[in-house]
Amino acid sequence: MERAIKKYWPVFVLPTLAAFCIGFLYPFCQGLYLSFCKFTTIKKASFVGFKNYIYALTDGAFWHSFGFTTAFTICSTLLINVLAFSIALALTSKIKGSNIFRTVFFMPNLIGGIVLGYIWQILLNCVLSLLEQPLLALDATLGFWGLIILLCWQQIGYMMIIYIAGLQSIPKDYLEAAKIDGATNLQILFRVKIPNVMPSITICTFLTITNGFKLFDQNLALTGGEPAHASEMMALNIYNTFYSRTGPQWKGYGQAKSVIFCLMVIMISLVQLKATKSREVQQ
Amino acid sequence: MKKKILSAVLSVAMVSALLVGCGSSATTETAAPAADSAATADGAEAAAPAATGEGQVYYLNFKPEADEAWQAIAKSYTDQTGVPVTVVTAASGTYEETLSAEIIKDEAPTLFQVNGPVGLANWTDYCYDLKGSSLYNELTSDSFALYDGDEVKGIAYVIESYGIITNVELLSQAGYTVDDIKSFDDLKKVAEDITARSSELGFAAFTSAGMDGSSDWRFKTHLANLPIYFEYQADGIDTTDTIKGSFLDNYKNVWDLYINNATCAPADLASKTGDDAENEFADGQAVFYQNGSWEYANLTGKGMTDDQLAMIPIYTGAGDEANQGLCTGTENYWCVNAEASEEDIQATIDFLTWMVTSEEGTKMLADTIGVIPFKNAQDTTNLFVLNDRDYTAAGKTPVSWNFTTMPSEEWKNGVGSALTAYAAGTGSWDDVVAAFVDGWASEYALK
Repeated sequence: MERAIKKYWPVFVLPTLAAFCIGFLYPFCQGLYLSFCKFTTIKKASFVGFKNYIYALTDGAFWHSFGFTTAFTICSTLLINVLAFSIALALTSKIKGSNIFRTVFFMPNLIGGIVLGYIWQILLNCVLSLLEQPLLALDATLGFWGLIILLCWQQIGYMMIIYIAGLQSIPKDYLEAAKIDGATNLQILFRVKIPNVMPSITICTFLTITNGFKLFDQNLALTGGEPAHASEMMALNIYNTFYSRTGPQWKGYGQAKSVIFCLMVIMISLVQLKATKSREVQQ
Repeated sequence: MKKKILSAVLSVAMVSALLVGCGSSATTETAAPAADSAATADGAEAAAPAATGEGQVYYLNFKPEADEAWQAIAKSYTDQTGVPVTVVTAASGTYEETLSAEIIKDEAPTLFQVNGPVGLANWTDYCYDLKGSSLYNELTSDSFALYDGDEVKGIAYVIESYGIITNVELLSQAGYTVDDIKSFDDLKKVAEDITARSSELGFAAFTSAGMDGSSDWRFKTHLANLPIYFEYQADGIDTTDTIKGSFLDNYKNVWDLYINNATCAPADLASKTGDDAENEFADGQAVFYQNGSWEYANLTGKGMTDDQLAMIPIYTGAGDEANQGLCTGTENYWCVNAEASEEDIQATIDFLTWMVTSEEGTKMLADTIGVIPFKNAQDTTNLFVLNDRDYTAAGKTPVSWNFTTMPSEEWKNGVGSALTAYAAGTGSWDDVVAAFVDGWASEYALK
């Protein structure tokens, strides 16, 4: 097999590399250049230097959205991973119909964010209206928890699948040995299972953190940033900078914001990867 | 052991490939309506090369309600002349995004629209000077051309009116006629009387003033036009970078009337949509419905007849109410893409000229778009447009559309969310005033 890989690696690498260059590298570089420009469309851009960055970094609404997004990411990362891991544990113990449950839990992930956002908006607004509470668009705290509920519902199933794969790859003899040594279930969980699924935890936290930061569709559909930008996350803030103002300078401001945003996400996920990777154990 | 890890990693990779799939399907859904019509565009583009050299037309349409009619007329024009005409309609509320994306393509729209001076600021580089063109020469008045300096950058293609659409049948059941409503006080008296007797009558005074994105423009833009109009009138100006808000109390009066005499509780308005209000009105659940002449086709399509309908002015208790007409104006200007090839520009102008001069074109415009400001315009059957004509004939002054001078979408959104919060009781009227007055100044300062 290794010889085959050595021989045929271009067949495997080149298509992806090409896609990466066309779909990511080139637009990213162009975006970087545009963040220093004033433009209406990407073909008509004039260079303005750091003006866009100065505006972006002094915009209060942008920083507010950063705070909101950070709080949201922390909350959703914790909840999604804890719940997904618990469900994975439950579904790897021998219970009846675990395959059906796995499918059912995974299904919400197959629905697009916009559709989910509108469905949950109707659902949550109905509940809030019955409870005589202000609707989602009126209260940023409710909007925040609405988004958390929505994202949990959507992503737990997906993370669960990754955790199940991790849990199933733990060698049976480890667990048996622990049992024979008289370890309690809790001890087995924390001393054997969790250290052994660290690779899955690394992947899942990485995915949830980046998903939390980049969340856009659900935010747009569920709260639309209401009331008055209070529930606006960074991606939506950038979108609004682009499209709800008049004049070519706004596109540049939005572009600068997105570059800052991109760098933030990359930095945060690198730190997280390093932190969880160091806890991974060799089997 | 290594093998197992490998298989685990592989399966993870497979599932993440699936996620990528999901991710991209989610984005297509956001853009679905645009993509839908783009599919038709692709079809037409495929057919286009047959007629190259002649030029072609690609119209990025703004009005979803007129999409079908545009598709039909484009096909008919192509059948008659051989010039390919593609019409793509941007999904409601995404025109700017769609235009920004489309205009940089090789097959860019040759024809698009802007909504007035503020919208033109973004696109003026892309607008072909239409002065002296055959289309420009068909205009009944120069005031329907959108100027940037000396250049004609846009041509208004429709004149619309809005006001309070009234179900006269229900109004008479409540014991009134439209003639009883001649001022804000009359309107208030009638509305509050209907509310008091609503359980006995079986209907409410107003449809829900929904503040969902599909409906909030009726209040944050159209209703907000009235205090702006009266202020401009009082000060003798037609645009300003600092609004004083002298008529905001009148705005509050109408808004209070709308939210307190509606089909639903004020707190529920945040989630009510445009369709909700339309259906409530068509189902006879309410007497009054603030909307415009473009709504005529939808209402008659839902089974309402001319005998049931009338449009009355939005009285706010400001200005000379005895002589107030409907709000009439335009925010739709055709612009021809200056970056398109000579042939395409000519083909586009020819197509538009045909639209406003030929029997078929003017009929389609009269039926689905409304009154057009061109010499050969056909008479319309749109009742609300006829209402507007009657008001003007009776010597009433139409309220002009000053919302084209609103500083930005951001300003409208600010006013909209303040109105929503005020209706639900989570915000005060002072917030609306702040969003209106301070927001105006700060948005203009940023331009």
